[in-house]
Amino acid sequence: MEQPLTKNIRPDQEPLSVKDYEKAGGYQSVRKALAMPPQDVQNIVKASNLRGRGGAGFSTGMKWSFVPMGTDARRPKYFVVNADEMEPGTFKDRLLLEGDPHQLIEGVIVSAYAIEAEQAFIFIRWAYKLATKRLEQAIKEAYANNYLGKNILGTTYSLDLRIHGSAGRYICGEETALLNALEGKRATPRAKPPFPQVSGLFGKPTIVNNAETVANIPHILNNGPDWFKDLSRSNDAGTKLYGVSGRVKKPAIWELPMGVTVRELIEEHAGGMQDGYAFRGVIPGGASTDFLTPDHLDVKMDYDSVAKAGSRLGTGTMIVLDDKTCPIGFVHNLIKFFARESCGWCTPCRDGLPWLEKILRSIEEGAGQPGDIEILEQHCKLLGPGNTFCALAPGAVEPLQSAIKYFREDFERHIKEKRCPWKIL
Amino acid sequence: MLSDKELQDINAELAHAATKASASVDALNIVQRHQGWVSDEAMKDVASMLDMTADELDAVATFYSFIFRRPVGRHVILVCDSISCYVMGYNPLLDNIKNRLGIAFGETTEDKRFTLLPISCLGACDRAPAIMVDEDLYGPVTAETMDGILEKYK
Ligand SMILES: Cc1cc2nc3c(=O)[nH]c(=O)nc-3n(C[C@H](O)[C@H](O)[C@H](O)COP(=O)(O)O)c2cc1C
Ligand code: SF4
Ligand code: FES
Repeated sequence: MEQPLTKNIRPDQEPLSVKDYEKAGGYQSVRKALAMPPQDVQNIVKASNLRGRGGAGFSTGMKWSFVPMGTDARRPKYFVVNADEMEPGTFKDRLLLEGDPHQLIEGVIVSAYAIEAEQAFIFIRWAYKLATKRLEQAIKEAYANNYLGKNILGTTYSLDLRIHGSAGRYICGEETALLNALEGKRATPRAKPPFPQVSGLFGKPTIVNNAETVANIPHILNNGPDWFKDLSRSNDAGTKLYGVSGRVKKPAIWELPMGVTVRELIEEHAGGMQDGYAFRGVIPGGASTDFLTPDHLDVKMDYDSVAKAGSRLGTGTMIVLDDKTCPIGFVHNLIKFFARESCGWCTPCRDGLPWLEKILRSIEEGAGQPGDIEILEQHCKLLGPGNTFCALAPGAVEPLQSAIKYFREDFERHIKEKRCPWKIL
Repeated sequence: MLSDKELQDINAELAHAATKASASVDALNIVQRHQGWVSDEAMKDVASMLDMTADELDAVATFYSFIFRRPVGRHVILVCDSISCYVMGYNPLLDNIKNRLGIAFGETTEDKRFTLLPISCLGACDRAPAIMVDEDLYGPVTAETMDGILEKYK
């Protein structure tokens, strides 16, 4: 089984130096890409069917194709790596950033070249201090070896790459909020259209891609679209970093063919549930995805299959709900996070999420009232897609609306018995 | 007054910034790295370097969770309160830390050694419950390992 993204990541996760990385075949895709027109690089990525690993799953090649090209395009153009990774339960990009920083830089160079960008940024979250240090070192090495800077490898292409360390806030991961953060402003999202591809950072054409997305680019260039599609076991191409956390025997991250099932991940890779704990459900792709239940164990973990099962692949890092954890406590924790991280720009989200948080807390504490479940359901609709300025609020209510659907009896029991049945265990 | 080193670091950011204001978060991060937090005085000094008013810069600063506008202890303990850590024992761990230090979230010990703060998912969910002390990540943290961890920070 091929694991292109993690093949150079050693068990101790100490990253390769630029020399060792070159010996392992690194930076070959830069030579290959710079020898062809940018448009051809775009076409290869488009043909590979790579879908963005940041959560929404949009076609990467398609996204790039909206960037104005040629001499008429407004400049500078920007390429930005989204390494904010603040989605609760998500721990995949950190592995790539810490374990193989040169792979990411290689991906940045090829991607930036494909859209003729002259400036690139890696937007990294505040808490990723080790990753930041390793990336800084790797960028220095890349400059010293002329993979970055003026006239890369003797060509006419030049690229500057900088790290921007965030100061914390989940909304910075939303791509237009991220652009405001890079401009040194409060990170509230922007209205779309105009889309960043046309008018992004400082009003110039900009692409924002997730770190895992970018790490795939060198391998697609080196091995071609068909190889990339063959890595997968489903319609969505490539491998995927999958993670499982919660009360399983071996919580971890694995690079596996796109399309492994929920059951394989939990039972084989994560070693099954810890002794004394039973599986009740899972949010498959980070905090803002709908629950799947024991009925969904054979669902393939690819974008379309998870969507068909009523949830989203999201970040592909799942969190397991066990029978010793109160489902109301579980979603209360999630909603508390989203209420805290709401940027406050639009009213439904700013006021609605704290309201949900209060109701969930009172239900959990045994002070729930008849009618509370209906109020929660109503809010899930009011905060759903189309009613708020960005996707934070719709994402926030996904686990809640599905918890009410699958664990309704637990909600009702809390209210009827005026206590949390899990608290006395 | 900003130190020479702070001025130098901020000017280095400004040298390649597309607009002065775009260096605001970088500049605040620099001050915080040197001073531990951003005082009103530092806010004014940085603002004037960026051609912003102190209020404009403060509006940016207060948006972000990890620009500290109040002094913190010599070490900052960040306890992940997100979902995987919640499932894996965040509540008992937090109680343990609070009891040891005698402080709640947002507070600093009397000897100024530790400040305790919550943080969202640290990206270490496979090692839950996780905490970060200054720049170091720990997990899974138990009541027993907590002793050894705190010992390292004087
Ligand atoms: C509230 C919110 C937070 C987000 N956080 C992240 C993040 O931390 N990392 C990320 O790559 N994408 C995040 N996204 C998705 C981005 O907006 C964007 O879709 C993504 O970076 C595009 O990259 P991709 O096409 O490579 O997936 C977030 C979206 C929302 C609405
Ligand atoms: S939905 Fe929430 S996070 Fe998004 S713009 Fe509105 S207030 Fe901000
Ligand atoms: S939930 Fe605590 S590290 Fe991810």
